[in-house]
Parts: sequence; structure tokens; C-alpha cells
Amino acid sequence: MSLKDKLLSSYIAFEDYLEDDSPIHDLRSDAIKTFENQGFPTKKEEAWKYTSLNSILKEDYSLFPKKDNDIQLKDVKRYFLHEIDTYKIVFVDGIYNSFLSETTHDKADVCLLSSALSKDKYKPIVETYFNKVAKNNSLTSLNTAFAKEGAYISIPKHVELDKPIEIINFATGNETAILLQPRNLVVVGENAQVQIIERHQSLSDNAVLTNSVTEIFAEKRAHVDFYKIQNDRSSASLIDHTYANQERDSIVKVHTFSFGGKLTRNNLNFYQNGEHCDSVLNGITILEKKQHVDHNTLVHHISPNCESHQDYKGIFDDSSTGVFNGKVYVEKEAQKIDAFQKNNNILISDKATINAKPQLEIFADDVKCSHGCTIGQLDEDAMFYMRSRGIGQKEARALLMYAFANNVLEGVKIPELKRRVNKLIAQKIGVNLGFDL
Amino acid sequence: MLKIKNLHATVEDKDILKGINLDVKPGEVHAIMGPNGSGKSTLASVVAGKDEFEITNGEVLLEGEDISELDPEERAHKGIFLSFQYPVEIPGVSVTNFIKTAINETRKSKGLKDMPAGEMLKLIKEKADMLEIDRKFLSRSLNEGFSGGEKKRNEIFQMAMMEPKLAILDETDSGLDIDALKIVANGVNKLKNDDNAVIVITHYQRLLDYIVPDYVHVLMDGKIVKSGSKELAYELEEKGYDWIKEELV
Ligand SMILES: Nc1ncnc2c1ncn2[C@@H]1O[C@H](COP(=O)(O)OP(=O)(O)OP(=O)(O)O)[C@@H](O)[C@H]1O
Ligand SMILES: [Mg+2]
Repeated sequence: MSLKDKLLSSYIAFEDYLEDDSPIHDLRSDAIKTFENQGFPTKKEEAWKYTSLNSILKEDYSLFPKKDNDIQLKDVKRYFLHEIDTYKIVFVDGIYNSFLSETTHDKADVCLLSSALSKDKYKPIVETYFNKVAKNNSLTSLNTAFAKEGAYISIPKHVELDKPIEIINFATGNETAILLQPRNLVVVGENAQVQIIERHQSLSDNAVLTNSVTEIFAEKRAHVDFYKIQNDRSSASLIDHTYANQERDSIVKVHTFSFGGKLTRNNLNFYQNGEHCDSVLNGITILEKKQHVDHNTLVHHISPNCESHQDYKGIFDDSSTGVFNGKVYVEKEAQKIDAFQKNNNILISDKATINAKPQLEIFADDVKCSHGCTIGQLDEDAMFYMRSRGIGQKEARALLMYAFANNVLEGVKIPELKRRVNKLIAQKIGVNLGFDL
Repeated sequence: MLKIKNLHATVEDKDILKGINLDVKPGEVHAIMGPNGSGKSTLASVVAGKDEFEITNGEVLLEGEDISELDPEERAHKGIFLSFQYPVEIPGVSVTNFIKTAINETRKSKGLKDMPAGEMLKLIKEKADMLEIDRKFLSRSLNEGFSGGEKKRNEIFQMAMMEPKLAILDETDSGLDIDALKIVANGVNKLKNDDNAVIVITHYQRLLDYIVPDYVHVLMDGKIVKSGSKELAYELEEKGYDWIKEELV
């Protein structure tokens, strides 16, 4: 049975088991129909031209894992930002783990989507926001159809959350292959602020496919910093959809650090609905072997006087492949937009490839749009300069790669996280430089 | 110290160095002058080990050892330092972190442990003071947005930190204002002793008033066509290179 057929037949059982008075019951049944009609995307679709899901769809994934997948803190502590105090929402094989989590209902709600979906007091928020910015493409619909668990974050107006939130999805490997579909809802009220770190981590070499959807709503003057750490094992693949809906004067920043995994697809869709919004999409991608990462971004400028900044850096070794498909859409009414897009890549091996495709669709006449894309090797003159000062080839390469990625790291506002990412980069490049950059 | 015998080098099949002979002894200062494009920087790069250039003939000996097959970093570890005519910008790496890495990598090659942080700081402060470099400057990204003169001064700062046996200063004077020129020359002189040697590449006699050469060589079209004492530099300043060309025919 194909994965699609398996999903469709499982849906019937899944639906039976849910209460029908769920506020999202109708959404789910519409969503499964969309998925049924569209199926998994293929390379025939323009947006999937360079990313084939064929090889990862062949696995026989479990859809509903066993419930008793306990893990020990000591085995997973290193995946947390344990140097600092954080809220934690932790899932193990898709199931909430209260032992590893630290939620709150004090000044804000940092808890579970499952409780938000089932408790009456959350009903207004769920009805106002859930699935309101997510688009009905096949994979997002597939997630919506099975949406049951994930992080629910609701920050009331004027609240600046006191510590960052970590959302971590572990896969234990107790199943030979598992499909996970976390669904996160983040609502940040007027003038409120939040920092979120998200990570998907497999703990074995069994296959994992994650089809994740996150919706972010930034109300007036809200400020959201979202960090995605993608450093999973080479048996894990991730399709990640992030939808951000911005009201006036809001700032939403998504930083994506893609170092691991087998196949990773990031769909980032930003919608600016009020004036003076700022959208920041940054990424550092460092790949080796046969890894594949596809960044597909859309910034939709609907209102005037807004900004967007995209800065993606990629370093590709061995026969790794990268895709950057960045779309900026400026509506006719969206005058005085400043849209900036940059994608710089270094190919270390001549077998590595990158496909970069900026797309600007501009219907307003008074806008500033810039985009630049470079694909190069490491600068030979810089290499010689450093080596002539006694720095070995490997270290010189590493220094240059650091230097190359550095400005993207500057946007990381949590120092411990910055150090962590720095370390990951050093590991990835295979050197220890003895200092942070 | 450095002996260059009949050195020929090419880049992309183009002959640039066409039989250079040079003998630099410990304690000596040699100046190399010559028209634009004559091969001065190429000679410096070849000695420092830039692999873009291919040595097609001759040899380069450092203290009797042929170094022409060594990597640039290995040559640096053996005490060769090149102050670049055009220092390269390395955004994202601070001057301090860069020089720390350079020093510790050199120590590692000799089987030494990293220099203790306190000692490193002291050394940095001492050398920065000597060259009148503001400490704030040292935390900036290497050469990024530095003015021409700042880049050159920073090259000499790195030289002072690394204390090379053989320093090649490629047009270190260009871009320096008159005061900076004195400070930098003074720095070079302080580092000079009987065991090390300096090769200065320059277009102007003025630098040689401060860093006084034992020999002046004229490089033209890939060959050293004339050598003499420091008076030769005055003569070149006054008369240019045409008379040498005429002498050659
Ligand atoms: N990578 C290269 N490819 C092609 N030609 C080169 C390359 N590097 C140097 N050359 C050529 O070699 C010749 C010597 O250049 P070099 O830089 O050594 O001159 P120079 O004497 O230092 O000149 P200047 O006084 O202007 O600094 C020039 O004709 C230059 O164009
Ligand atoms: Mg030159």
C-alpha cells in the first residue's frame, strides 16, 4: 500500500477516535480531501522541481506510535539549551512528555495544542487563529487532517515572556520508521514578545519523516524571534511549514540553521497585513555527504511601508545539494516597500550543487527591492593570506567559512544559543578554533 | 638566510620571473625597487608559497633548505612573513582572534602548547602600543573597512607579533601618511636584529631613509638588472628607470 493510501485509510480510524465536537472537525475533513486530491508533491510541480520526495516516501511509516516511549533526561539533555532557564514543550514520538517539559499558564499560555483543542476556554483563540494563515497545499493539509498535538503558545498583549521557549520533538526509533506531524500555534498579542527555539531530533538510525506546520500570528507591535535548529541524523527527513501573519509594526524573525538530516524542506510564508512590518528570514546551511536542503520562502507584501530581509548562506561539501527559492510578492497597494534578499553559497566540492531561484513579483511602482545571489568557491587570496600567516589549510578554510556565515549569526539574540550554533558550525566544519566568533 | 638561485616562475603559462638571483644574509636589509608590473610582488608571493605561481626553474633556499615544495603555512612556521601589498579583508574574524590563531598554529607546528591567554594579551598590548594602534581597532574584523594606511600598519602589527626571521614588506609605505610611515618604520627597526633579515619592496626612496638598506636591487621584467648600495635609490628617485634600460642595451 502506498503511503498516501495508508494515510487515507488511517484517517477514517483516526476520525472515529476523535470527538466530533472538536472545533476543528470540519477543517480536518476538508483537509484530508485536499490531500486526497493533490497527493504528495512531485518534481513536476515548479515549487518542487529540485526536491524529490520519492525516496523518503518508500518507507513503511508507523502513523500512530505506541504510547510508552520513555526517554531519560540524561540521554537527551544535550539537545536542550540547558545552560539557561527555558520553558520546554517536549514530544517523544509525537506524544507529549510531561517529565521533560516545563509549561506555564501564568502570564502566558505555553502548553499543548491538544489541550487547547479540547478545552472550552481556548475555543475563541482556536477558532480565531487555527489554520487561518496556513495554506491549503497538500502537505499542510495532510498535517491539518491529522493535527492533534504540538505546541500551543499564546502571549497576551504587553507581555514580554521572561524566558525562551524550546519546542523539541524527539523520535526514539522504537518503530522502524515513523511519520510525525506536529502542529504548532503561536499567537503573540499586541506589543508582546517571545523567543522560540524549535528542534527535531531523532535518537536512532531508524527512518523519521516529520511533516510539521507552525502558524505564527504577530499582532500589532508584537515581536517574535523563532530559531530552527535542524541538525538531525542522516536517517531523518523534515518538511517544515511556517506561516507568519503580521499585523502593523510587528517584527517576525525566523532563523534556520540547517546542518543535518537527510532531506529538509523549509517552506516559510510571511504575510504582512499592516504598515511598518518587518520580516526577517535568515539561514545558515552547511551540508555534506548526500544531504539535501531546500529553502522555499515567500514574503507577501500586502501593506505599504514595510520591510523584509532575507539572508541565506550555504556551504556545500561532498555531493550535497541545496535549493533556494525565494519569492517576494509586492501587491499594488504596497508602496514604499524595502525588500531585500540575499543568497550566498560556497561549493567546497565540485560534486555539490545549489539551485538558486529568486523570484520578484512587483505590482507597486515605488518600492526598493534588491536581490543578490552568489555561488562561489572559497576566496583563494584570503586562503593564501591566512596560510602565509601560519594558519593551516583546514583551519584557514574553517575560519573563512565561519567568517562567511558570521553575519547571519549576529541576529541570534540568545547568547547561549549563539554559542551553541557556533559550536555546531565548528563541529560541522571539523575544527575547534578555541574562540567564538 | 634566504638564497634565491636562477628563479623562474610562471602564471598561466606567462613568464613573470626570468632568472632571479638574490642572497640575503642574517642582519641585512635589502630593498627591491622596479617599475610597475616588473614582478616584485610575484617574487614575494613565490617566496611565501602562493601556489598560483609555478616555479619552472631555480631554487629558493631558507637557511640552506629548499623550501619551494613547502606549503605557505609551513614556510610561515619556518619564519617567513609577507606583509601584503593588498592585505585581504576577512569579515567576521577580529584582528585579535586572527593573530592569536596565527601564533598558536605556529607554536603547534613546533610542538608547543598554546600561548597562555595572559601572556598573549600582554604581547598584543605591547606591540599595539609600539605601533600606536588603538585597542578598539583590534576587535574589528580583519582589514574590513580599514583605510589603506590602517591595513599596512596592521600588517606590521602582525609581523611584530610573529617575529619572523625573514620579513618581506611589499609596498608597506604606500598608503601611510608621513607620521604613520615613521611609526611603522620605527617598529620595523625595533624588530630588526643580527639574526633576522628584511626585504623591503618600495617605489619611493623616502621609506629607505627610515629603514636603511644594505643593498638596493632593481627588478625589471622579471630579472634583477642592477644592484647597489642605498645611493642607488636616490639615483632612481631622481632619474627614474630609463637610464637603466639604456644601460642594458
Ligand atoms: N594571477 C596572475 N595572472 C596573470 N598575470 C599576473 C598574475 N599575477 C601577476 N601577473 C602579472 O605579472 C606581472 C608582475 O606583477 P607583479 O604584481 O609582480 O608586479 P609588481 O612589480 O609588484 O608591480 P607593482 O609595482 O605595480 O606592485 C604583471 O604583468 C602582472 O599583470
Ligand atoms: Mg607589487
